[in-house]
Amino acid sequence: MSDLKAILHEAKAALSALKNMPDLEQTKARFLGKSGSLTEQLKGLGKLSPEAKKSAGAAINEIKGQVEALINDAKARILNTELEAKLAAEAIDVTLPGRTSGVGGLHPVTRSLERIEALFATMGFSVADGPEIETDFFNFTALNTPENHPARSMHDTFYIEGSKNLLRTHTSPVQIRHMLDHQPPIRIICPGRVYRCDHDATHSPMFHQLEGLWVDEGISLADLKGTLTQFLNAYFERDDMQIRFRPSFFPFVEPGVEVDMEWGRVKTAKGDKIKWLEIGGAGVLHPEVLKAGGIDPEKYSGFAFGMGLDRLAMLKYGVNDLRLFFENDMKFLNQFR
Amino acid sequence: MKVSVNWLKSLVDVDLSIDDLAHTLTMAGLEVEEIEPVAPPYEHIVVAEVKTVSPHPNADKLRVTEVDVGTGTLLQIVCGAPNVAVGMRVPCALVGAKLPGLEIRAATLRGIDSNGMLCSARELGISDEHAGLLTLAGDAPIGQDIREYLDLNDVYLTLKLTPNRGDCLSMVGIARDLAAVTGAKLNIPAIAPVAATISETRLATLSAGDACTQYLGRVIKNINTRAATPEWMKRRLERAGFRTIAPLVDITNYLTLERGRPMHAFDNDKLQGAINVRLATVGEEMNLLNEQHVLLKPDMLLIADSAGPIAMGGVMGGLESMVTDATTNVFFEAASFDPDVIQGKTRELGINSDAAYRFERGVDPHSPRDGIEYATALTIQICGTSDTQVGPITEAKIDAPAKPPVSVRIGRVSAVIGMTIASAEIVSILQRLQCTVVEVGASLLVSPPSYRFDLNIEADFIEEVARVYGYEKVPAIPPKSSVAIMASPEGSRSRAALRHQLADFGYQEVINYSFVAESWEVDFSANSSPVKLSNPIASHMSVMRTSLIGGLVSTLKSNLNRGESRLRLFEVGRCFNSAEATLEAQPERLGGLAFGALHAEQWGEDKAAKVDFFAVKGDLETLLSGSNARFEPFGLTSPHPALHPGRSAAIVIDGLAVGFLGELHPRLQQRYELPIAPVMFELAVSALSKQQSPHYQPISRMQAVRRDVAVIVNEKVAVQSMVDAVLALKLPHVIDFNIFDLYRGSNLAIGQKSLAFRIVMQDTASTLTDATSDETVGKIIKVMSEQYGATIRK
Repeated sequence: MSDLKAILHEAKAALSALKNMPDLEQTKARFLGKSGSLTEQLKGLGKLSPEAKKSAGAAINEIKGQVEALINDAKARILNTELEAKLAAEAIDVTLPGRTSGVGGLHPVTRSLERIEALFATMGFSVADGPEIETDFFNFTALNTPENHPARSMHDTFYIEGSKNLLRTHTSPVQIRHMLDHQPPIRIICPGRVYRCDHDATHSPMFHQLEGLWVDEGISLADLKGTLTQFLNAYFERDDMQIRFRPSFFPFVEPGVEVDMEWGRVKTAKGDKIKWLEIGGAGVLHPEVLKAGGIDPEKYSGFAFGMGLDRLAMLKYGVNDLRLFFENDMKFLNQFR
Repeated sequence: MKVSVNWLKSLVDVDLSIDDLAHTLTMAGLEVEEIEPVAPPYEHIVVAEVKTVSPHPNADKLRVTEVDVGTGTLLQIVCGAPNVAVGMRVPCALVGAKLPGLEIRAATLRGIDSNGMLCSARELGISDEHAGLLTLAGDAPIGQDIREYLDLNDVYLTLKLTPNRGDCLSMVGIARDLAAVTGAKLNIPAIAPVAATISETRLATLSAGDACTQYLGRVIKNINTRAATPEWMKRRLERAGFRTIAPLVDITNYLTLERGRPMHAFDNDKLQGAINVRLATVGEEMNLLNEQHVLLKPDMLLIADSAGPIAMGGVMGGLESMVTDATTNVFFEAASFDPDVIQGKTRELGINSDAAYRFERGVDPHSPRDGIEYATALTIQICGTSDTQVGPITEAKIDAPAKPPVSVRIGRVSAVIGMTIASAEIVSILQRLQCTVVEVGASLLVSPPSYRFDLNIEADFIEEVARVYGYEKVPAIPPKSSVAIMASPEGSRSRAALRHQLADFGYQEVINYSFVAESWEVDFSANSSPVKLSNPIASHMSVMRTSLIGGLVSTLKSNLNRGESRLRLFEVGRCFNSAEATLEAQPERLGGLAFGALHAEQWGEDKAAKVDFFAVKGDLETLLSGSNARFEPFGLTSPHPALHPGRSAAIVIDGLAVGFLGELHPRLQQRYELPIAPVMFELAVSALSKQQSPHYQPISRMQAVRRDVAVIVNEKVAVQSMVDAVLALKLPHVIDFNIFDLYRGSNLAIGQKSLAFRIVMQDTASTLTDATSDETVGKIIKVMSEQYGATIRK
């Protein structure tokens, strides 16, 4: 029995010092191999009486079980140590930047336009498109602005050489084209490039307009105000912004209005005073325009509005110079990614 | 239009602050753009007379003066103005006066006491004139406050009037509208007729139909046209932006300003015979009083005498018959010209005319007689002599049929505005606007006043009701609409989706002008006849683009100049193949450009690698994955003008060329001073908008077999042609066939390349046997060797 205890003691000592699997296999053989010390002990049982064999065998197996458990523990310990070493060796600097193929982005005007299209889509407006080289008829005459009408001087028009056509000065011709192809109810927005020969700090010879049109039975000036109030609040992420109508004149609407929106408040002795910012023109469609669009002005009425898309983007993002939109400086454009 | 507040308030009895007045006008549709006081808010500046002037003992440029400011004691003032002289009356700032940036104190200037300052116009803030002291009239009352004397306690409003409101292009017109909007009382001075003292007339005949329905005239004889225009009239004209010229011209301008009644004054001695108002005939010409010679056209209205044209009616008088300071006898004209015959003429001739500006917007047909009477009274007042004689007013007139009243449905007013306005209120508003209103059942029969050319149909009157009632009171009604789902086919891709995909690939969207330099069209599209603008803003923006490439190259270049070195750009925009106003002639295109390093600069990537054809082709293949797009070499025979002929491809979908991809041509790279050539592409957006809608195919459960084959072929063989040849066999089990490796190297003969193809085979019903696979591979190798001389690489 003292031999067994000695073996167990020896095994404990040997296994606890082990650091790798080959040594473990060797040590395992020293105790449990063909000529291992415990195997030798079991071989010695044959010389004993049956009673003695029974008790001695049980004692040897007891120790053998303990040694096997010790070996398994050592094995687990070695594998674990080896794995830890492997993981430590494999560690990377996770703070290094990730690999990228470069970052692109949308132009800020497009970015705004996509939001605007989505907002109007929720109100049932679809997007209509039209040519940018337009006929005089669609750009002016159909919009109740016949040739030589003084209102034409409000637009500095680019004309095409050798043609009666021109670069559209607004996206309103799209409204006429759409009305000719569709019957009410009509709800469209017409965004796009427009052109006027004007170039200074606040004017670009090419800029973007956003126009809208709603034609149905019983559409009124108050509906226009409601629609624009909702849109401008949603676009500027507000819920209490007021808008104001001022009388104005555009040949294709009547009543015609200039649209001002609330843009901050100033404290005065008489309480808060709203600061108004002009944001576009609008009005109830002129009966002649509905007729030009093939729609009966007695049965239907409608409203139209127009705003500067670039201006909406400027106000939203705090851009103070329109020209930045067309200079395409990456240092500017990168800010809208 | 510039409006004096003091003058306006004398014409209409409104009790409003300047700000409230401006707000009221703006909210009435007469937008106030600017509010400007006539002079800064100073005081203690009075009229003074210079009594003595003597040299300054210690300064060459200064003089010592003594001035009388009406206090009984002369003030000694040192003055540096070159025009100071004894006896002149000038503005004098007394000690204590505060001028802009300057407080007047008793001071010693180079040893001489000075008790005030004599002022120039600029020092008073009323003009830029500062060459000398402001010389006042010899009868300016000494000691009177200068603000009072020069009428400086006034504020001017600049109105931005819309083209429909020709009736508001005068002081009386604005007063009239202000009265209608506020309900205030009008105080327009009545015009007293001047009785004729002689019978001399110059008769007129109307021969232009509707173009001129009324022509009034009067001869006034023996006047002094060298008389000075009175200060009050000059001041009103100049502050409103009119140049003061000579009394008769100033008088007609004053009528335009005060009454909105353009008139013309002829030198009566230069006219021959009776007046005929007629349209010009072909070949006629005349000299206008601005010394412009014009060839007249048959749509131009003429005032002619027996010798020929003497004025373009409603536009401008003639040079030969204009009044001068030698004129002693004048013929005044006041007429009604139809806006249609005036519109567009000044633009066509490139001239400015205050008269035409008003006639093309409409001038009150009831105003000619008052106009002539008023002009007569002013002429007698200013230019009259003891011999002055006045002829009777003559009138030629065509009676135009009265316009029928317009029916305005009371219910329609509320329906259009979107709020209920009581019929009594509607009637009251229209009456305040001087309309005649008759109620007939649920409608009103309305006739506008003669000066409102913009009120013709029901909608015009509804707008007037809304305007006077107050646009501020229009409620905002949340929109209500019938609901219908909008179509959104899966097979169509939006522009937004395209843009986002390109942005995700690393491309930045730009927006370039649609008009470009003519040279760009030649360089990038070999287009020698682009659509041109007749009135471009600059020569580098004179033609419409047919390609986006030029703009992208220019954007690249400007950003390289700003220090960028790697760019990926794209633009979506219309190109213009002809001047036709159709979408087909103006296709929308998507253009892109890649320049510089292949990878954005970062650790662990090859920094030397440049973006090449295949990097961009990969982006396009992904973008085009929903279509059957193919990239076909342009070939050396039909190269794209902007691209490297050996490194460019046409992009073809279903046999239709929809775009191109390639390196910028080295010649253009050099011309546009780029260090290396960018890779560029352009595609028709219409081709990208259509996508194949997915359709399910049964999935085979059988094992797929992959075989790889490496072959050696001549360098000139295009890989796509080999792939096409194999796919054309339509081998039943081949589900994928494509190149996966390309090798060129020293162990190959010169002019040869090695291609490794992947063949994936699968059967839907059973596992493929080796024999079947071998047979399929054999067929593929056979085609490649027979058609392309390929040999198996061992």
